[in-house]
Amino acid sequence: MEPLEQLRARAEASVPGAVLEIVPNACPADPPSLRVDPGHALAVAWFLRDDPQLRLDYASNVTGVDWPETVTKEKARVKRMVDGVVKEFETVVEKRRPGFLEAVYHLYSMELKQGPVILRQRTGDRDRAVTVASLTPVWRGAEFQEREIYDLYGIRFEGHQDLRRLLMWEGFEGHPMRRDYVEPDDYDYEPTPHADVLEKARKHYPAPPAS
Amino acid sequence: MSAAPPSAPLPAGAAIDRDLLEISLGPHHPSTHGVFRMDVVLDGERVVRLKPVFGYLHRNHEKLAEGMTYLSSMPFTDRLDYFCSMTNNWAYALAVEKLAGLQVPDRAQYIRVIVGELTRLLNHACLIGFLTHDMGAMGTPLMYAFREREKILDLFESLSGSRMMCNYMRFGGCRVDLSPAWLQAARKVVDDFPRFLDEFDALLTTNEIVMTRSQGVGILPRELAINASVTGPMLRASGVDYDLRKVDRYGIYDRFDFRVPLGEHGDVYDRIMIRFLEMRESLTILRQALREIPPGPILDPKSKLRGFRPRAGEVYGRIEAPKGELGFYLVSDGSPNPYRYRVRPPSLINLTILEDMCLGQLVADAVIILGSVDIVLGEVDR
Repeated sequence: MEPLEQLRARAEASVPGAVLEIVPNACPADPPSLRVDPGHALAVAWFLRDDPQLRLDYASNVTGVDWPETVTKEKARVKRMVDGVVKEFETVVEKRRPGFLEAVYHLYSMELKQGPVILRQRTGDRDRAVTVASLTPVWRGAEFQEREIYDLYGIRFEGHQDLRRLLMWEGFEGHPMRRDYVEPDDYDYEPTPHADVLEKARKHYPAPPAS
Repeated sequence: MSAAPPSAPLPAGAAIDRDLLEISLGPHHPSTHGVFRMDVVLDGERVVRLKPVFGYLHRNHEKLAEGMTYLSSMPFTDRLDYFCSMTNNWAYALAVEKLAGLQVPDRAQYIRVIVGELTRLLNHACLIGFLTHDMGAMGTPLMYAFREREKILDLFESLSGSRMMCNYMRFGGCRVDLSPAWLQAARKVVDDFPRFLDEFDALLTTNEIVMTRSQGVGILPRELAINASVTGPMLRASGVDYDLRKVDRYGIYDRFDFRVPLGEHGDVYDRIMIRFLEMRESLTILRQALREIPPGPILDPKSKLRGFRPRAGEVYGRIEAPKGELGFYLVSDGSPNPYRYRVRPPSLINLTILEDMCLGQLVADAVIILGSVDIVLGEVDR
């Protein structure tokens, strides 16, 4: 397997306009990952699959990760003029990292028996700009897993043929795997055709006696 | 039994012609192996559309695991694929060991191989039993398989205290050690198993009904299998040589001499045969492991049961579970709970191409095609 730096350079050369960033991994057991912008993700994916040195024909694991907005407080020293003398003060600076959602793809090669290359796509934020590119056209194995991410995290995959909820029912609100998801105090019943049948049946019978 | 589809496949949202029949197979139907539903559209008896519906057994296992410590989710992994709790434990332990940098002692590695391969034996035997049950051999082969499975479950019970929910492995080793008496009992099970296997083989593989029902049915082409991330015996039945025991050589699989059987046609019959052959290879591994198991500790001394906080970072650990590639993707932020805990379920992902395999087939064949995929709903829905 070639080094990730070299892979990134070749991918950028092969797909004009693509910007790839190496995301470090603090754990040494697995390699760092490659972050690709959603606009070029599909082209980069085709490159990774068809390049004769890589042949990453197998998308093993596709999943989402939620990163809500975090505010970290750091101590910093600032200089301020006090009574004509420059003095150093210690203050606390708040650092804000905006939240985003992430789709992570673990790619292997069945032909060359190598891997993994870890590909990531990030959304702009967590409410509005939640669209990334679907890689199902390249790897069919991502089909259900992208549906699951859409269901549980709320990432929209552009180019997915059949983007419906996978595990939760139609009409369910919210995305349960998000870190800030609060489950309702009481669930409504799952809407099934059964409810319609009951409603229809009720019309056939006179109203219950008033008691 | 298989012929060209008389009408073209329908796209997902298309309106249904009056001549077509839409039926809902499941969720409460014995042939769906649990609470699984297929929305099938039939033209006569031929399938023109099939959409699987999931979620009846969904309890958001991944979310639950994010709210508890690493070790507390170990018993919950038993409930994923409840036939193979040992391999589920193993996959999770492997991922956490990668994350925390733990080393598994030799004896524990051997124990893991022994219980893992025993799990493969019972899973494959039962799958063939269920599949013939789906074909109409009501119960008899299944009960033969269950009889053998019970012997293996007895071994698991005396080892871990539970037949199916073993909760046996720990990060960096195993929970309790084997006794010499257990090893003796395991040797007896392994020595007796080939007799059952020969009998089962003679009963089924040349059986005329099994052959007519399964040959040429539910063909999965090689390229589609790779592209759709199909793993395990399903993939190898389509002729792709990809077994993680050989590719990753995780644990100590590089010490054993065994072969990887491959199919030629990728039909249901090949999938049955692959499982027969894999059971024979598992027996070879078991014989070697039971002969060579060394004495020694069974837990890495660095492993901590309380106050366990692996370093920050992310890992993906995977093993060759009986149903395919079972992987755990963990993101740690250095706290006692995983920040992200993801199960890569082979059962769910192997269902991606269920519709492709069933199109143009009879509805009765759709049932055995589903059976040959080998799913457990505890893992599909999580």
